[in-house]
Amino acid sequence: MALKLTVNHVATTVDVPPDTPLLWVLRDVLDLKGSKYGCGIGNCGACMVHVNGVPTRSCTTEVGSVSGQAITTIEGLSRDGTHPVQVAWEQMDVAQCGYCQAGQIMTAAALLAKSPHPSDSEIDTAMSNNLCRCGTYQRIRQAVHQAATLGTSAPQK
Amino acid sequence: MRLNRRSFLQMSALAGGGLALGFFDSPFLGAQGMARAELVPNAFIKIAGDGTITLMARAPEVGQGVKTMLPMMIAEELDADWSKVRVEQADLEDHFGGQSAGGSTSTQGNYLPMRRLGAACRQTLVATAAKRWGVAETECTTAPSRVLHAKSGRSFEYGELAEDACKLAPPSTDSLKLKDPKDFRIMGKPQPNVDNHAIVTGKPLFGIDCKVPDMLHAVIQRSPVVGGKVKTANLDEIKKLPGVRNVLIVAPAPAGSVGPADTTTEPGTVIAAAGMEPGVAIVADTWWQAQKARRSLVVDWDSGPGAAQSSEKFDQNAAELIKAAPENTLRSYGDVDGTLSSAAKVVEATYAYPFLAHGTLEPMDTTAAYKDGKLEMWTTSQQPGGGRSQVARALNMQASDIKVHLCRVGGGFGRRLQNDYMVEAAWLAKQVGGAVKLVWSREDDMTHDAYRPGGYHAFKGGLDANGKLIVWRQHLITYGEGKRYVSGGTLDAVEFPSGRVPNYALFASAQPLILRTGALRAPGHNAYAWAIKAFIDEMATAAACDPLEFHMQLLNATPVPMQSTGGRGGNDTMNAERLKGVLKLVAEKSGWADRKNTPGRGFGLACHYCHAGYFAEVADVSVDSRNRIKVNKIWAAGDVGNMIVNPSGAEAQVHGSIIEGMSQMQQEITIKDGKPQQTNFNSHPLLRFRQAPPIELHWRMTEFPPTGLGEPALPPVLPAIANAVFAATGKRIRTLPLARSGFSFA
Repeated sequence: MALKLTVNHVATTVDVPPDTPLLWVLRDVLDLKGSKYGCGIGNCGACMVHVNGVPTRSCTTEVGSVSGQAITTIEGLSRDGTHPVQVAWEQMDVAQCGYCQAGQIMTAAALLAKSPHPSDSEIDTAMSNNLCRCGTYQRIRQAVHQAATLGTSAPQK
Repeated sequence: MRLNRRSFLQMSALAGGGLALGFFDSPFLGAQGMARAELVPNAFIKIAGDGTITLMARAPEVGQGVKTMLPMMIAEELDADWSKVRVEQADLEDHFGGQSAGGSTSTQGNYLPMRRLGAACRQTLVATAAKRWGVAETECTTAPSRVLHAKSGRSFEYGELAEDACKLAPPSTDSLKLKDPKDFRIMGKPQPNVDNHAIVTGKPLFGIDCKVPDMLHAVIQRSPVVGGKVKTANLDEIKKLPGVRNVLIVAPAPAGSVGPADTTTEPGTVIAAAGMEPGVAIVADTWWQAQKARRSLVVDWDSGPGAAQSSEKFDQNAAELIKAAPENTLRSYGDVDGTLSSAAKVVEATYAYPFLAHGTLEPMDTTAAYKDGKLEMWTTSQQPGGGRSQVARALNMQASDIKVHLCRVGGGFGRRLQNDYMVEAAWLAKQVGGAVKLVWSREDDMTHDAYRPGGYHAFKGGLDANGKLIVWRQHLITYGEGKRYVSGGTLDAVEFPSGRVPNYALFASAQPLILRTGALRAPGHNAYAWAIKAFIDEMATAAACDPLEFHMQLLNATPVPMQSTGGRGGNDTMNAERLKGVLKLVAEKSGWADRKNTPGRGFGLACHYCHAGYFAEVADVSVDSRNRIKVNKIWAAGDVGNMIVNPSGAEAQVHGSIIEGMSQMQQEITIKDGKPQQTNFNSHPLLRFRQAPPIELHWRMTEFPPTGLGEPALPPVLPAIANAVFAATGKRIRTLPLARSGFSFA
């Protein structure tokens, strides 16, 4: 079944059953491998994308439910990795294995879009949606604060 | 791998006027055995004519930072401009020597060999420049990626020298001069992960991201009971599902087999290769199609004897074994029973901990392509060399016909020391005669892991009238057969406080287990360090002695030598002064002497030595009326020798170890009717962001050669927190996970 999708500002059509998880459409149909599979039940957040700017777990989102909506993945967060959250993540050397970090960055970017200078308590609430098996939480906190100081307005396409 | 006198440095020319340098343990491999052109891609160092320096990272990168750290070691002695160095992940090749990640061994195993490589290349570049200028080599120095002749003010960039440099004979390995560490420009300074930009922009780096032409996707439904096999399955129905290309019953490999037996016994049934679990394999056009097809799969399983196992029975058996005479004496000296009966005070306690899953965030995966009798693989193994051998044996192939690429790995933690998924992917690729990516679902991963084994420790300790620990009796109940214990289920006879107490006995008894077990980060230590260090805290409390002072007394005792006691196990390699050093440092930094334990707030201390590293940690916790633990802060002090090669990566490993230790305190795998009951992170939870305490880390620099950090910071955090909870509440946590002692993390 053909479904219309808008991913990272690009309109496209995919031929998959509408109950297919968005994650697997992104990864294996559109070849956007940045969003990761971690749990498949909406628990770990490695698959986090934005749907109309709202952080959304793509592993438990049926692709049919987001047809026609604006989907942003880590690949589309900025053109060249210059979103303040991406820059801060590099500056703070957050990643260990790096597998969860696309999801962490998408959650942090959505938080900062809503709350440009979040308190630690706001950061706790938002970032507790994502798991990091390596334990990078302390640097994630530092990087979210750093991103806030770098400015929260993402470069527009 | 060692770079010794028999090692052979090989320099080759690069196309376009460059230099490549590698080394080999046998000159035959390098000089005669291979064409020069073949050597170049396998060189550790490549310097192109335009000055571009490419360094190979040989070990698998599982998040421990070696892809950054090992090239740093080469670049330091090469005196390269690190900001312009390119790092590439090496494929699995014999010329690279050991290519594994485990046991916190990368730092000590590479510190000299990688530096010597860099030094050899630098010396050659200096010799080349000196020759061109007609000056003495001793008049030349180097600055990042440049040879200088200060007297005449002349200089060359390395790239300008590369073509001529490969015409010189490489320096002999015993003529190499290494830098004085005070001159280091790269090591000892925080260097960010070389893959950071690719990670934050979502580039396809990981094994699961692999894509090769005409690739199919596979899942395997394994028996819910370990050791079970398929009686029948509705293959015909599954084959009709969208995208499904192939469905195979994987029958068990014959007992004791090491090779393949891919003889079809009945339609649709193929015998597994050794090292695979039986089950049903589904191959489809996309992973989701294969995974979704499992919902329609109906299998009649022959569960086998594993089905009789349960955690409840393990607990009952352990309780019986604790009461019985121990089966095995690991070490015994002095008069343990007599001293226990005459001691002024005796404390008794039993500690128990569960099976644990690894739960790497990237599940097990490998891509394999089979063509014309050869295999090409892209894998996430921590020991790909072992994996290649296993695949070769299982499929009756030559290792030389199996090309293995190492992908960035979404977490290892010991799980990927097993190579079962490599064998599965290779076997599937051979069955379908093409390329297959196998990805385990999270549920597959959690229910078919090589688990950290659970265990039980029954302790008795005795104090004399002065509060001195004079007797220690410990009985480990583990899993195994007779005196052969399961992987990760043993305890070394020299483990502290062995040898430090005047009367001592360490016993072990085992119950049988039909479940795969294996190493989990700081294997063994992650479990018994908690039990032992928490019981030492109990003894300190009984002695009305500060735990720090109590530890110091034990560490000041002259050790009873292993040889004199007929114990089993290696020599005691622990340096008590180093452990005392980190204890003192963490006490000073955490304000231990001035701590105020009040109802609901407490401080706990623990230390541990393992994997050549020394760590002491202090936990500050608050516990509310519902026994919810908030860890306010962790202080850690570590001693891993005279150099922290990459302070950023090192700190990250300590953070990770502490957070993982906390996760382990709240996790368990339980067995019912032979089936692991926890299937995902909702029932085997990782610590979440809001629960993570701030961590303050201090290094104690000592004169010893540097050692690794993957593991040693983990063990102390569990007892430090448990001891802090006691200080806050008066309640001991003697059973993990926390929930089984009535606690949880807030």
